[in-house]
Amino acid sequence: MSEKVLMKGNEAFAEAVIRGGVRFYFGYPITPQSEIPEFMSRELPKRGGKFLQAESELGAINMAYGCGAAGGNGFISSSSPGIALMQEGMSFLCGAEVPVTLLNVSRGGPGIGSIQPGQADYNQVTRGGGNGDYRIPVFAPASIQEAVDILYEAPGIADKYRNPVMVLADGLMGQMMEPVVLPEPRHAFTSEEIPAAKPWAISGSEKGERSVVKSLRLQPEVLEAHVEHLYEKYAEMEKELERVECENLEGAEVVFVAFGTMARLAREAMEMLEAQGIKAGMIRPISLWPYPYKAFDGIDFNTTKAVISVELSMGQMLQDINLGVKGRVPVRLIHRVGGMLPTSLEVVEKTKKIYKRHAARQHQLLSRLHPRRRTPHHHGDAG
Amino acid sequence: MGLLGKTIGVAPIGCSVVAHQFMNVDMCEAAHGRAPAVASGIRRVHPERVVFTYQGDGDLASIGMGEIVHAAARGEKFTTFFINNGIYGMTGGQMAPTTLIGQRSTTSVDGRTREQAGMPLKICELLATLDGPDYIERVSLDSPAHIRAAKKAVRKAFEYQLAGKGFTFVELLSTCPTNWGLTPPEAMKRMREEVAAYYPLGVYKDTGKEAE
Ligand SMILES: Cc1ncc(C[n+]2csc(CCOP(=O)(O)OP(=O)(O)O)c2C)c(N)n1
Ligand SMILES: [Mg+2]
Repeated sequence: MSEKVLMKGNEAFAEAVIRGGVRFYFGYPITPQSEIPEFMSRELPKRGGKFLQAESELGAINMAYGCGAAGGNGFISSSSPGIALMQEGMSFLCGAEVPVTLLNVSRGGPGIGSIQPGQADYNQVTRGGGNGDYRIPVFAPASIQEAVDILYEAPGIADKYRNPVMVLADGLMGQMMEPVVLPEPRHAFTSEEIPAAKPWAISGSEKGERSVVKSLRLQPEVLEAHVEHLYEKYAEMEKELERVECENLEGAEVVFVAFGTMARLAREAMEMLEAQGIKAGMIRPISLWPYPYKAFDGIDFNTTKAVISVELSMGQMLQDINLGVKGRVPVRLIHRVGGMLPTSLEVVEKTKKIYKRHAARQHQLLSRLHPRRRTPHHHGDAG
Repeated sequence: MGLLGKTIGVAPIGCSVVAHQFMNVDMCEAAHGRAPAVASGIRRVHPERVVFTYQGDGDLASIGMGEIVHAAARGEKFTTFFINNGIYGMTGGQMAPTTLIGQRSTTSVDGRTREQAGMPLKICELLATLDGPDYIERVSLDSPAHIRAAKKAVRKAFEYQLAGKGFTFVELLSTCPTNWGLTPPEAMKRMREEVAAYYPLGVYKDTGKEAE
């Protein structure tokens, strides 16, 4: 066991959730993730599970709702337009406290957009398009291994909080191959074990009090109390699920903020910049909600000239970055959209421009603020 | 039938969203129209239980048309009870896909016309064209005799499910005096004379019978 195997992203994702305890898959074909339903249709029946191709994403999310309400560990994968169609269902799952694991292998938008990798679902997955006060934890891994580890853990997180959990990948990660170590398979509850393991589930068994899974609360004071209860849960999630990786922040002159595929690209750019004498650091949010705002306090504000978001969207993450930076340093954006990927060289060149502009501006600003202090200093140098 | 303690029900969005307050079994609510998808998910987890959905005509025949047709075509092993009152009851009496030509509603105040809204949907007839279902019957709740017949249909659907057969479907014509603007006796009369004339009672599919 625990040996490295070379796997294609989408198949590794599917294998990881099965090992994490998922036994039920619901989905509707969409590029760039169709290898996942294909894999599930072959593998799940062999491993005591069930595969069901839904008539639409509306069908898929509601099948998963039934599955989760009945105590099963369900999994749905889709891509951007399909995830859009599931938003109503996600609101219902949150309201009725039903667990499910979701994977968005995102592509370019809006509309039917493109099938190339995109990150323009950032607002969709972190803010949610469903109605009402609800939250869904979102993880954005940057390697197949990290995706495998998170997907393996996700069904447990969903069960613990009785809430959907989402993993956000992109088309590039779905299609590429990397060596991975697969974790040991975890036990999945059988239908006989569910009534005892999940007494709240609608399992149709004589277990004393009957179960009702619902989101309708017609009396406003009852609904308010329920939403308050949900938010106590979300506060717990904020404490326990926040994940971030910070690199090279000390003494950094620019700091990249990037997630998923773009973090890999930013890391390449960091190395190229270092070789050219510009020290770059990176904040890589792994959880997009809860967002790691506190990590931005770790920026070295004495040396950092600009924080740069590197994204495959028109800058949807900037709002969160600004909430973390709190005006302490300028925030800039390097991006491509519509399925276009920047090269690391492109990121390096754009970063150098931003760096020069802000370094010069900082210099001007300082000489305007402290003209007398700086002038003798220069004289001294000359002397 | 001894089904208490081994049955799971799905309530729709509509007047029967609170069905779980009236039926003493494990139940969940489904989003508007999605009860058949929810029941399909439940069925995957609990293959040994009895599963049913309880849906109104707006829920099943309008917003949820895709889900019911596909669940029926898959021959899902659950029973759907389709409460056809020809109106959107919960939202206050708007036209439903089952509202009859000439019938007044708050969105067809002079009566539904073919020109403006097309023709009412006959769901038993439509689902009977599929090869997936095992049993489809339309009954009415307008008289003691018909109510006894309805009870028999409900029992038969559950018996088929217990016997391991696939999709079973019982449509129940029912009144909505409030939104029809009629007294309960008038509503019963209308259902007997006008509604049942357009939606004929009877068995539309029975694979048990065909096999005999
Ligand atoms: C997505 C969505 N659209 C609209 C509604 C509003 N709505 C609630 S019940 C209903 C119609 C119910 O009619 P029917 O299914 O015939 O049930 P009845 O109340 O007549 O029993 C509608 C449109 C909703 N809850 N959700
Ligand atoms: Mg109705």
